[in-house]
Amino acid sequence: MRYSAWKVFWEGLTGNKGWTPQWREPEPKPEYDVIIVGGGGHGLATAYYLAKEHGITNVAVVEKGWIGGGNVGRNTTIVRSNYMLPGNEPFYELSMKLWENLEQDFNYNAMISQRGILNLSHSDPQHDAYARRGNAMQLVDAGAVLLGKEEVRKMCPFLDFDNARFPIRGGIWQPRGGTVRHDAVAWGYARGADSRGVDILQNCEVNGFILENGVCKGVETSRGTIRAKKVAVAVAGNSGKVMAKADMRLPIESHVLQAFVSEGLKPLIPGVITFGAGHFYVSQSDKGGLVFGGDIDGYNTYAQRGNLPVVEDVCEGGMALIPMIGRARLLRAWGGIMDMSMDGSPFITKTHIDGLHFNGGWCYGGFKATPASGFCYAHLLARGEPHEVATEYRLDRFRRGAMIDEKGQGAQPNLH
Amino acid sequence: MIINHPLVGPRDAAEFTYLGDASLIDRPDWKNKNAPDVFHDYLYLRDNPAGLHRELWYHEQGDRSWLVVTRDTTTHEISKVELARDVAIARKRGK
Ligand SMILES: Cc1cc2nc3c(=O)[nH]c(=O)nc-3n(C[C@H](O)[C@H](O)[C@H](O)COP(=O)(O)OP(=O)(O)OC[C@H]3O[C@@H](n4cnc5c(N)ncnc54)[C@H](O)[C@@H]3O)c2cc1C
Repeated sequence: MRYSAWKVFWEGLTGNKGWTPQWREPEPKPEYDVIIVGGGGHGLATAYYLAKEHGITNVAVVEKGWIGGGNVGRNTTIVRSNYMLPGNEPFYELSMKLWENLEQDFNYNAMISQRGILNLSHSDPQHDAYARRGNAMQLVDAGAVLLGKEEVRKMCPFLDFDNARFPIRGGIWQPRGGTVRHDAVAWGYARGADSRGVDILQNCEVNGFILENGVCKGVETSRGTIRAKKVAVAVAGNSGKVMAKADMRLPIESHVLQAFVSEGLKPLIPGVITFGAGHFYVSQSDKGGLVFGGDIDGYNTYAQRGNLPVVEDVCEGGMALIPMIGRARLLRAWGGIMDMSMDGSPFITKTHIDGLHFNGGWCYGGFKATPASGFCYAHLLARGEPHEVATEYRLDRFRRGAMIDEKGQGAQPNLH
Repeated sequence: MIINHPLVGPRDAAEFTYLGDASLIDRPDWKNKNAPDVFHDYLYLRDNPAGLHRELWYHEQGDRSWLVVTRDTTTHEISKVELARDVAIARKRGK
């Protein structure tokens, strides 16, 4: 299905009866060159770049539910490349560059809106740490501006600057950060992959792997056995469950993260704002709802819903930062299952089983990574070696003492 | 979630902090010949099951005891709560 202004006009005159589905509903073939397990943002992006960058089109994306029903459709849509460590920052900056050209690339409106992200600081040491992070960002040209209190006040006069406990000291601003329409990312990649020949198999759950002499030769699914030369897992919160079918234990725990949306309000919040003293972040959607969130609930779970203490904690954070937010009514809240890794950083890697690849450990920050994750995973699958910005995302980094721990929390997934 | 503490009765889970899988009680022996491998697995790898999970909770805002809670990670239902001390002694990990 292709779109144009003319098509919109014509369909408007003829009762909108000529629209056709954006991707096919094919039957599984007996064998593919590559099977991607998981039709989230990362799986679909991988299929898209495999077809587009490497000409590998005999590919299936196998999704247990419907595409976009996982975290790619549940996140708070923030994109940014404001990391500090060398293993991470070039990767996230590649992702930002891919976002900047994505709509032209896959010819789909993903509502990419670079209206900036502001991380607030509340003390001198925190401000110094942000200056350091900003310098690390500048090394890859990600762009970072250190702001003093008055500059922040100009941008967001409604913040509680003189909060008795956490007065605002300043902040670091990445003007290129912003938000992206998450569903459209899944749909745009799906349409782009499908039109190049990729089969998207929905309602098809992977229940096991075909392992022959230690080599992965395909998957067992609820729609039968499908063989493949390469199998690439990208199931985010379900990583532990799926990789257990290959007897693998991962440096990952599954946790729930909640998100909240208020009723629609007039334009209020200029970009994305994060509280530096508690865990709270907020942006405003095009429909006017305040989209906000905070900490994960903090215990292992596969239930896609959270508990009330975190709701309270997030709202307290909001009140401490933006007192007027107390007047807005909460409209919706939901949860998604995060693949929280032991150092807070992801994996895009081969496994010890030939033919079986793993992509996961994205924690609460994998949406912004979607383009680069797909790009680098496709590179790994096509070339057999990691892309240069993803060389550190290996499963053996704990054994080698090469963790990428942005927060310095150690092997405690619920603190990352 | 309400955790039915064996000593102080039902308490709100918000009074506790969560550490993780109760297998952390089984700290390996550092004199082990392949200690680096065993410690790698102990410290970094998890079963992360969907279903029953035995896990360590610390009653930080309460009596400060460590508990082993058996909870279903798909429903949040708690089926058993034990003092971690008792579990450790039974596994010969403490006195
Ligand atoms: C509330 C919330 C807020 C977030 N906010 C942000 C944010 O602001 N910025 C940011 O960068 N990130 C954010 N994230 C994180 C981000 O959404 C995830 O890291 C990212 O979407 C994960 O990759 P994915 O899109 O491929 O995952 P998913 O969309 O979850 O895809 C995985 C897919 O695998 C499928 N699957 C699972 N098991 C099987 C099986 N056995 N067989 C077949 N298919 C299977 C699932 O059904 C699912 O569709 C947030 C997450 C949540 C929950």
